[in-house]
Amino acid sequence: MQPSRSALVQMYKQMLTIRRFEEKVAEFLVKGIIYGTGHLYIGEEAVAVGACRAIKPDDYITSTHRGHGHCIAKGADLNRMMSELLGKATGYCKGKGGSMHIADVEAGNLGANGVVGGGIPIACGAGITIKMKGLKRVVLCFFGDGAVNQGVFHESLNLASVWNLPVIFICENNQYAMSTATRIAFNIEDLSLRAASYGMPGVKVDGNDVLRVYEEISKAVAHARDGKGPSFVVCQTYRWKGHSRSDAEKYRTRQEVAKWKKNCPLKRFGGYLLDKGILSEEEMGQIEGEVISSIKQAVDFAQDSPFPSLETLEEDVYAS
Amino acid sequence: MPVNIVKLTYREALRRALREEMQRDENVYMMGEDIGVYGGAFGVSLGLMEEFGKEKIKDTPLSESVIVGAALGSALTGMRPVAEIMFMDFITIGMDQLINQAAKIHYMYGGKARVPMVLRTAGGSGTGAAAQHSQSLEALLCHIPGLKVVMPSTPYDALGLLKSSIRDDNPVVFIEHKLLYSQKGEMPQSEYLVSLGEAKVKRQGTDATIVAFSIMVPKALAAADKLSKEGISIEVIDPRTLVPLDSQRIVNSVKKTHRLLIVHEACGRGGFGAEILAQVEESEAFDYLDAPIRRLTGRNIPIPYSPGLERRTVPQEDDIIQAVSKLVVSE
Repeated sequence: MQPSRSALVQMYKQMLTIRRFEEKVAEFLVKGIIYGTGHLYIGEEAVAVGACRAIKPDDYITSTHRGHGHCIAKGADLNRMMSELLGKATGYCKGKGGSMHIADVEAGNLGANGVVGGGIPIACGAGITIKMKGLKRVVLCFFGDGAVNQGVFHESLNLASVWNLPVIFICENNQYAMSTATRIAFNIEDLSLRAASYGMPGVKVDGNDVLRVYEEISKAVAHARDGKGPSFVVCQTYRWKGHSRSDAEKYRTRQEVAKWKKNCPLKRFGGYLLDKGILSEEEMGQIEGEVISSIKQAVDFAQDSPFPSLETLEEDVYAS
Repeated sequence: MPVNIVKLTYREALRRALREEMQRDENVYMMGEDIGVYGGAFGVSLGLMEEFGKEKIKDTPLSESVIVGAALGSALTGMRPVAEIMFMDFITIGMDQLINQAAKIHYMYGGKARVPMVLRTAGGSGTGAAAQHSQSLEALLCHIPGLKVVMPSTPYDALGLLKSSIRDDNPVVFIEHKLLYSQKGEMPQSEYLVSLGEAKVKRQGTDATIVAFSIMVPKALAAADKLSKEGISIEVIDPRTLVPLDSQRIVNSVKKTHRLLIVHEACGRGGFGAEILAQVEESEAFDYLDAPIRRLTGRNIPIPYSPGLERRTVPQEDDIIQAVSKLVVSE
């Protein structure tokens, strides 16, 4: 089912928000305004936005170290996100988590994760809660191609299958686990083949086509909500930026990066919306203005916010 | 035996705790390898699947990482799972989910998420199971901020501590000892809890304090009985939970007896005994010490198979008697 006009516009706006947010983060990483590391989602926006458009606000997601896009697509507040990246008390984790640990459990975001594959078993656990409480929810479990070679991928997809858990496993195949190309780390080209060994549906889609992602994830979500269990969806995409702050990118050619940049998910979707007459150039310009102003507001909010007081240092080690 | 007192084994006490908590709170459930029809490798959950059904007593595939991680994920979203790791040695397979995930989430998310889960596991040697099924790995866990570590030595404590662990809002590793499962003990018929972080003075004494936990508690008590016949009066303290540790009760005892021996089964090197020793040494009890604090621990070797070798690897009653005898004569 095609999303409504307003949904399409929202999707475009979210993709653009992720792009501009990450560009600001990249700038702040270079300038040292962001203290720690950051893993940028530029080039992969269609996956988070297409997938999260297919779920409802009370559904869950688990995210990754490259998680800013998932957060924004799940509806996170940019102010609190930027504050967290700047290590401020007003951030999602009160400045204790940083880029790799943004979570908003009440809003269904069970958290980014600093360990590759670390969120996959957690998604199964959320699936158990949904089943045991008789909720009609689903879990979108995002991870990269690197995670597909972690042991927990195997344990979790198998458990989800034998227990029929409502989890959609979404591999963002951005072609590289840090510097290790999928062609080096896998002896199969189509990672979705692995689904067969767990007895669940597996499909590979163009992850730079937001509507194809939306369509496939919607099918998998309907399947899960109907009590038919998990699916594995592999979204083929590309990471434009280096793995993190310190990546010299010796493992890939400029030509390869340029080729993928021509396949920009944002431009493709923007072009589609113009072609179909869903948005005019003028409306797009207006959206761009709104996005830039929301990010400026987030930056101002974060920069005006205080750092956490040292009195909070030993708070929240244990819940009481 | 008074009418309101019952006698149960450690295993039965654990089962009673699980049953009571599952009856009390619909969010409590169990998962683990062979816990259903089989009843768990040590029989703790025997009959619970028949009583509560397969949804509440979940038999899992052999997948420790996802057992720990799925327990975490369901705890994060509103359940109170009790996951079983068959042997403590296998906890290492689920360590990322335990150490990097479960232990960190509350702090890392700024206090806005809770992970109320219990990981039950069987530790310790004495069954001829050798190096990969006999370890006491509590020190690894005590080192990690965010985890609580519980090691009951009696059926009474096993019941009361397991109930408190299930109600706790943090990840709790609950370490049972294989040699204790068939030990019997008395407890009230009516419901009771034992709080985490309260040590118990098992025996009053004046000449020296022994701090022991898990299987070393009955050994220390037996040693103390023998020593009393020689006129040596020993106080035995069981911390019951290592994290949180009731160090004040230990300090108070040392101020009274002026001597301290710490006994545990795990390897001495980097063991929890060193932590207790340091805490006492750094406390006001230091000025009261009449002899250096001593540790009696497992040897720094893997647990061997052959019964004579296995027995020599971990402290026995006679070793405790010898260690105390040396401690009380030194000035």
